[in-house]
Order: sequence, then structure tokens, then C-alpha cells
Amino acid sequence: MASITLNNLVKKYGDGFPAVNGVSLDIADGEFVILVGPSGCGKSTLLRMIVGLEDITDGDLQIGGARVNEKAPKDRNLAMVFQNYALYPHLTVAENIAFPLRLAKGKFSEDEIQRKIRRAAETLELTDHLDRKPGNLSGGQRQRVAMGRAIVREADAFLFDEPLSNLDAKLRGQMRTEIARMQRRLGTTTVYVTHDQTEAMTLGDRVAVLRKGELQQVASPRALYEQPVNLFVAGFIGSPPMNFMPGEVDGDRITLPFGSFPMPEGIAAAVGDRRLVIVGLRPEFFEDASLMEESKRARGETFGTTIDVTEWLGSELYAYVPFETHPDVAAKLEELDRDLDGEGMRSQFVVAVDSASRVRDGDDTTLWFDPARMLVFDPETGVNLTRDDEVAARIDVENDEDRKASLARSQEREKAKAASRGD
Amino acid sequence: MGSLTARQKVGWAVITGAVLVYALFPVASVIATSFKLPSQLDTGTFLPQDWTVENYEAILSPDGAAQDLFLSALRNSIGISLIATAVAVVLATLAAYAIARLDFPGKRVILTTALGVSIFPVISIVTPLFNIWRTIGLYDTWLGLIIPYLSLTLPISIWTLAAFFRQIPWELEQAAQVDGATSWQAFRKAIVPLAAPGVFTTALIAFFIAWNDFVYGISLTSTSAARPVPAALAFFTGASQFEEPTGAISAAAVVVTVPVVVLVLLFQRQIVAGLTQGAVKG
Repeated sequence: MASITLNNLVKKYGDGFPAVNGVSLDIADGEFVILVGPSGCGKSTLLRMIVGLEDITDGDLQIGGARVNEKAPKDRNLAMVFQNYALYPHLTVAENIAFPLRLAKGKFSEDEIQRKIRRAAETLELTDHLDRKPGNLSGGQRQRVAMGRAIVREADAFLFDEPLSNLDAKLRGQMRTEIARMQRRLGTTTVYVTHDQTEAMTLGDRVAVLRKGELQQVASPRALYEQPVNLFVAGFIGSPPMNFMPGEVDGDRITLPFGSFPMPEGIAAAVGDRRLVIVGLRPEFFEDASLMEESKRARGETFGTTIDVTEWLGSELYAYVPFETHPDVAAKLEELDRDLDGEGMRSQFVVAVDSASRVRDGDDTTLWFDPARMLVFDPETGVNLTRDDEVAARIDVENDEDRKASLARSQEREKAKAASRGD
Repeated sequence: MGSLTARQKVGWAVITGAVLVYALFPVASVIATSFKLPSQLDTGTFLPQDWTVENYEAILSPDGAAQDLFLSALRNSIGISLIATAVAVVLATLAAYAIARLDFPGKRVILTTALGVSIFPVISIVTPLFNIWRTIGLYDTWLGLIIPYLSLTLPISIWTLAAFFRQIPWELEQAAQVDGATSWQAFRKAIVPLAAPGVFTTALIAFFIAWNDFVYGISLTSTSAARPVPAALAFFTGASQFEEPTGAISAAAVVVTVPVVVLVLLFQRQIVAGLTQGAVKG
């Protein structure tokens, strides 16, 4: 087990295009770090640089404190799970798992190898399939074999390259918890690449958001969600995504596409003397006013609007409201949409209200929101003006404490189990 | 797909039967003829009246009439075809590996040239080749046939292997490297086992092309020093000038078909389709 340190890593291809541009990241021993971003943001390239399949153009890569830039993949002692599993089709499941052990010639006796295979197979529930070829396995089983091959050799770190993207939704959920459980149990440093933000939010101790080869923010999932540093991170994290709309400031009032509201103090301070800002409101910041208690309702603002389309999901209801955007921020919002792999279809915002709401397509209704929760971004730079560094730091500290505690608990349980088994 | 109706079944049976007869009747006829006595060749019956191995004796036994001609030709055919196949497969494997894996200028040119060479009519280059070979001393030598055979076998080998290599997921090689293999170990343990069926199939095709060639064989040879079997068959003679060597030719045809059948049976196991399935998500 080891820490991984990325120091100003750069990857330039032959045409000078920087796929990864000056990424610095400290991954602590035993930490689970997610690299996330839209397609083409350089997250897979970064992972392949760590494992040694891509050359590093510039910067330092340290594993366990030693610089490994020039080391071949085989000398880095890392285990990787590929997106398409990359199982050896001519070998049985058992031999696939044993492959890395057999390559380390003379290091393991045949007995040891067999014991390790059995152990890995038990962990991953593959015992019944050990003699089968990968071609005869289901997608989930192949995925588990690939993981078996990774855990069997006690590598310094696990690297996952979108390991679940080829599975269907149900299996993906199961494997996600399986990976989380395995990582906690083994306590191995893990770097996990994904474009799926559910995976990013649920699995990671910390999440690194990348955009066009540059690191935007590294923080705990909660800090990313509540205290994003800029428009990009705010728009990328969260599903459905955060709504962005123009906000015209006039004295102590701010005019949003659906009405004009007095600005709370904190927001006004963040806005400063700007006349036009981009306002970010998460869908769950809204509520159907008719379902709210009077006391709570008084803490926010209400406004009337016409609902375009609704989606009832059982647990909640999404309602879409079209709006006219301001020409001065239209370009910025369009660029953001492109960066987020969007289609730039139409400007609308989505609100997530209680599923008991009777709002339906085309209804005129009254919605409620709390202006104090809105995020305000600079329309030029995209920087989050309302971000509170202290709160963000506190969230990260809490998160780190939680992580260490759960890691310790998991290891403790594992030890107890091993003791009761008698080995 | 529902099950076939009785009518459809009958229809398919008739079609299958017709195709089988069409394909196999000539083979059966050659085999039957090879067992006929020279005097009974024109009796008009399909099966020999008296079964005999006289024709096989003529081409194989030490005192057979055509034995010299046939055995030396067989030796030439086997030697030349094997060498041409081996060279073609080695060169084509390297070329196809590069074409499938690397992006280099001129990649398309190589593939197009290979295709162009393979569709070039053999008969149009055989006369110039005849003159050149005589001048530089390659006429009537093994090498003199191996080189033109390479021009036939290389293009198709490169195309087949390039197509095959493109299907091999290269992530396997990378996975092996991450698992602790050197580049060579990764190639040998992860790629070679997957490439082997393709290489065998290509070798088989290349061998048959060389084995079956007639035009080069008859044009670029003059003695038993290099003359292959298909050409040698034309030089068989009967016991007298009034007797056709049809029986001996049939027997020789059967004998040269045997290695082909044996090869197919041997390599059949290697040519297992879908070996790469399951390596990656299909």
C-alpha cells in the first residue's frame, strides 16, 4: 500500500495538444479518489499515466514517495481494472486470476497460488466458475474476474478505468457497493475514473473534477456539491444538474427570469458591485408552495409560473420551466453546456418538488425557493462568489475523519473474522 | 424463426442434395477412375468393373512407369509450397502486425499495392518472368517458383492477417504489462495465443495457393528439378501411345489431395472461431 503523488503532471501529444495540463494531486495511503469529468477531459489519460501505459511529458509522479516516471508498468506494482475487463480469453477464470502471480516467477509456490485464487474467488463469489472461460461468463461475472485479478496480487494501489460502464443499471448499483466494500476491507489506495457522477459521489473519499485536462477542484463529494469553486464543477456535480440563469442586480434586489426578489445579506456581499451575475439554483432548492407549511414558506420567496413538462419518478417530481436568458450571459452558459457534453437545446430550469404535488404539464402553479441558498457566479470568470472556504474546509475535515473511522472499523471486522477463521 | 414446414424441408433437402452432387461428383469420379484398369477406362460405367491398385503402383512403387516423374514432382511441390508458405506467413505476420497496430505514412499504399498485386493476371507476367528467370539463372529452380508464389500468397496473407489482428483487443497486452509482464511476455502470453488461429488459417490458405498453382509450375520449369505435381501430371504417358494415362493421373490427383485433407483435419482445431470472444465485452 502506498500514497500516490501527482506533481504538475503534463501529457502532450505529438501535435502539442495538452490532454493533461499541470495536474497536482496528493492521494493518501488507503484513500479512494475519483477522477471525474465529461468525455475528453483527460481523466483516463491521467490514470494511464499513473499506471505507466502513457508516457509523462512533464512533471513528477511518485508512488510511495519514490519517483516512478520512467518505470515500466510492470515495475510500478499497481493493479488495474480495464473498462472492457481485458480478460485473457484463452485462459480459465482461475488462470486469469493467477496470471499476475505466475508472472512473478518463483515468488509464489503452486500451493500459495491455489490458495490465493480460492481466496479471491470466495470474496468475489466466483468459486463455481473457476474452470470456465471468460467467453462463457456474464458481464457481471467478467467484471468480478477482472477485479479478482487485481486484488490477488496485493498491489500498492488499485486503478479502475470506468469499470462499470459496460454493465446494466441494476448490476452497476450492486457492483458499486461491492467495490466500495472491497476497498474498505482491503484498505488499498484506489484511483477510480468515471464519467458517472453517481459513482463519483457515492464511492469517493475525495473527488477530483477535471475539465479539458485541468484540475478544477478536489474535495469530498459533499464539499463539491455544496461549495463548488466554479460554474463547471457546480454544473457537473448533481443530477438533475444545477440550474443556471442570469441575475440582474439593482440595488438590493436581484431579478431572475421568474421574478424580482430582495437579496439576502450574504448574497449581496458576494455580488459586490456587479450588475449582472449568473445564479445557480439546484432543483431541490425549489418546492411546490401549495404543499408547504406556512412557517417554512415564510422563510423563502414564492413566484407564479407555467410548467412546461413534468416527470413523475415516484420519489419526487421534476417540473421543467422554460425561460428567456439574458444575451450577455447566453454565450457563457452555452459554452458551459458544451463543456458538460450538453446539447444546448433550450434554456429551461428544472425543479424537483415533492412527489405528492399535483402539478402537471401546462399547469400554472406557485413555486417556492429560498434565495439565501442560491449560488452566485461571476459571468466572466465563472468563479463561485458565494463559496465559503471555511465551510468547505470543515466539510472536508469531517469527511476525512469519517473515512478514517469507517476504514478502521472495516479493518477491525476483517481482523476479527480472520481470527475466528484461525489463519 | 419458426420450424420449417414439410414442403420447405423437402425443398431444402433437394437443394442440398443438388449442391452436394455438383460439388462431390467430380471427386468421386476421379477416385473411381483411379481404381480402374487402363483397359476398362472407356467402358462407360461409373464404378470400376475390377478394382485395382495398378495406377497407384505406377506412380508410387519403385518400378512404376510414372514413379520417377511423380515422386520428384511431389517432393518439389511439398518443398516449394512449404517454403513459400513459411516465408509468406512470417513476412505477412510482421507486416499485418504493423498495419493493425501502428499508424504510419504509407499504410494505405501498402494495402492497396498488395491488393493490386493479387488481382494482377498471372498469365500476363509469366512470359516476361520466363525471360528474366532464364537470363539470371532462376529458371527451373525451386527459388524460381518460390518467388512468384510469394507474389500470390503474400497479398492475401497480409489482408487476412491484418483483418484478424485488428480484432485482437490490444488492452490485453496492456493488461498483461500492468500485471507484471515485460513487453515480450505480454506479446507471447496474451497476444500470440489469440493470434495463432489466424496465423494457422492464413498459412493454410497460402499453402493451398502455392500447392494448386499450375501456370507458373508449367512455364518456369523444364525438368524434374523443380516441376511441381500439377505441372507434372501433364507429362504422364500411357504404356503405349494408344493408351491414355488417365488412370495414373487420377491416382496422382488423389494422392496430392490427401495432404490437403490431412492439413485441414490437423488445423481444424486451431481454426476455432470465436476464440477472442469474452476477452472484452462483445
